[in-house]
Amino acid sequence: MAVIELQDMYENMVTARQYEERLQEEYMAGKQPAFDISAGPIPGELHLAAGHEAAGAGVCQHLRDDDTVTAPHRPHHIAIAKGVDLKRMTAEIFGRESGLSGGKGGHMHLFDPDVNFACSGIIAEGCPPAVGAGLAAKKRNTDSVAVAFLGEGAIDQGAFLESLNLASVQHLPVVFVVEDNDWAISMPKERVTDVENGAQRADGFGLQGARVDADDAVAVSDAAREAVGRARDGNGPTLLEVQVHRRMGHFMGDPEAYRPAEDKAAAEQRDSIERLEADLRAHGIDDEEIDDMRSRAHDRVGEAIEWAKDQPEPDPDNAYEDVFVNPPSGVTDSEPSIADTGGDD
Amino acid sequence: MAQQENDDTSEQQAGRSLTMSRAMVEAIAHEMREDDEVFYMGEDVADYGGIFDSTEGLLEEFGRDRIMDVPISETAYIGAAVGAAQAGMRPIAELMFVDFFGVGMDQIYNQLAKNTYMSGGSVNVPMVLTAAVGGTYNDAAQHSQTLYGTFAHLPGMKVVVPSTAYDAKGLMHNAIRDDDPVVYMFHKRLMGIGWLPAPDGPKTGVPEDDYTIPFGSADIKREGSDVTVVTLGLHVHRALEAAADLADDVDVEVVDLRTLVPLDTETIRDSVAKTGHLVVVDEDYRSYGVTGEIIASVAEAGLDDLDAVERVALPDVPIPYARPMEDEVVPGVDDIAAAVRAARGDE
Repeated sequence: MAVIELQDMYENMVTARQYEERLQEEYMAGKQPAFDISAGPIPGELHLAAGHEAAGAGVCQHLRDDDTVTAPHRPHHIAIAKGVDLKRMTAEIFGRESGLSGGKGGHMHLFDPDVNFACSGIIAEGCPPAVGAGLAAKKRNTDSVAVAFLGEGAIDQGAFLESLNLASVQHLPVVFVVEDNDWAISMPKERVTDVENGAQRADGFGLQGARVDADDAVAVSDAAREAVGRARDGNGPTLLEVQVHRRMGHFMGDPEAYRPAEDKAAAEQRDSIERLEADLRAHGIDDEEIDDMRSRAHDRVGEAIEWAKDQPEPDPDNAYEDVFVNPPSGVTDSEPSIADTGGDD
Repeated sequence: MAQQENDDTSEQQAGRSLTMSRAMVEAIAHEMREDDEVFYMGEDVADYGGIFDSTEGLLEEFGRDRIMDVPISETAYIGAAVGAAQAGMRPIAELMFVDFFGVGMDQIYNQLAKNTYMSGGSVNVPMVLTAAVGGTYNDAAQHSQTLYGTFAHLPGMKVVVPSTAYDAKGLMHNAIRDDDPVVYMFHKRLMGIGWLPAPDGPKTGVPEDDYTIPFGSADIKREGSDVTVVTLGLHVHRALEAAADLADDVDVEVVDLRTLVPLDTETIRDSVAKTGHLVVVDEDYRSYGVTGEIIASVAEAGLDDLDAVERVALPDVPIPYARPMEDEVVPGVDDIAAAVRAARGDE
């Protein structure tokens, strides 16, 4: 792999990690001393992806803007790797008018059609739309591909299994990327499936399956190159499972009482960013160049967050817009009132 | 022995107060001790104790065989609950968020709800489907709905919506003992979860002993003579706050439906006969839903008692994320007060 590709992945992953750390700080501001999920500058649930960076960067490195990505409820690192507008994404997470969706979506519902990125907060439900994007590419004879990201907890869901079959039987240019962080909220993988290697799900549906055991961006990138290339060349879908690690709770505020301390400590030990940094040094990249990449990431993240916080909140009445692009007249916010109905009896 | 609720069962006599989640769990634990055929399935219900505390502490007492974490496979485990119920057991299955109903809806509306009828009554489905509902904490369009009307609309399911700890316990006892499928919808904002503070109202006195609250018995949470506010869930507490705000000018009666199916039309009609003014408040979507149904059920009995009607509900839009927009669409205390004044012609 060329050094420039390693550098791209590294800067991308560092950006994602720093972004999550800054979001965590911003999210917790206003939630002290007592944690109230609806308080503070970023309200609602927040699912951070620290420890998942290798999957986003390693896969999206092989994608173009015209390729489609669907992401789950833990989407930031994937969005960053896909090239989603960081400032407008951040404004969306802060619920601001200049956000990607004008504040209607929030962090689980990020849409950036310029780079064909979307996500959904319902487990595995991004899989069928990715199949649809692959179907459109096939029907139109383009060489675009579609990638559905999902967690290992999602591989027991009907939407995923049906999508595997449909993509396979139609030979669609789709890659399913399972980010295996070992935990579906509080449920360890072994309690919800008897299959240790999720990529084996592919066998029953006639598509290619592969698993990357190490949380290693280079190995992910190598496996993704093959899977994306297969899809782009018209040779059908792939199921790729990637080992990642959950360094934080399922959502901010998750007490993680269910999680053994040593499991969390182990997740923090296995850092794909440090691993890639060692690879870079082995390729002759020195401290100065690494510091430059880190500082560019730091500045970019800081600018996005400061910009987002300066944006105005949406007008409350914006809530009534965008149900349809072609709104029927007279359906919203009518206030029917029956007055004097019984006056003349 | 179970006691039927009656007017003498004062909450004050209980001598202790519980959060809504503790009351709900207490009823489940009691039924599980009494009947080995009761078990609970859901995502994160064992070690976590339910994301919204709906099963907290049950794993420790009953173990994994009866408090079962299941794969994220709503179709499979809700359908499995239907099958186990038809085999004579009394399963409780939990939808972590009611918004996830779509994933397993065929099992809910084509099996759970219809098998009794399609079999001509020769099979029954004695199960409970619990589900967390509601917004007010900026969880956006896929995690904030109540969907009360959706479940109440489809025939074959009894639909329960507690607003206090006292009601939550009595309704849960009844739900588990009922020989039909019951959908038990608990509002996240009422449960008393550490990270999602509840208003003052839902934490109430709760008797230690078991008791049942019959389905189809609405509860007048505040008596009044001028305007009837009919509502359920979180909005019982918002309506009570609005009533308190208006107390100098308007005497508001607040009717808590407690169950949508069956619907206690008698209590609603009696209240409207007294006040002549009806305001229906719902956290579900406005059109084709709970508000229209309540108003129709009053109108069908005759329009003579009805001087004015107002409804307050979510406008027909998905629930937006950002705080100013969510606050706009979810009915607030001021919206309820304004509707009460409008019903009185004080606009």
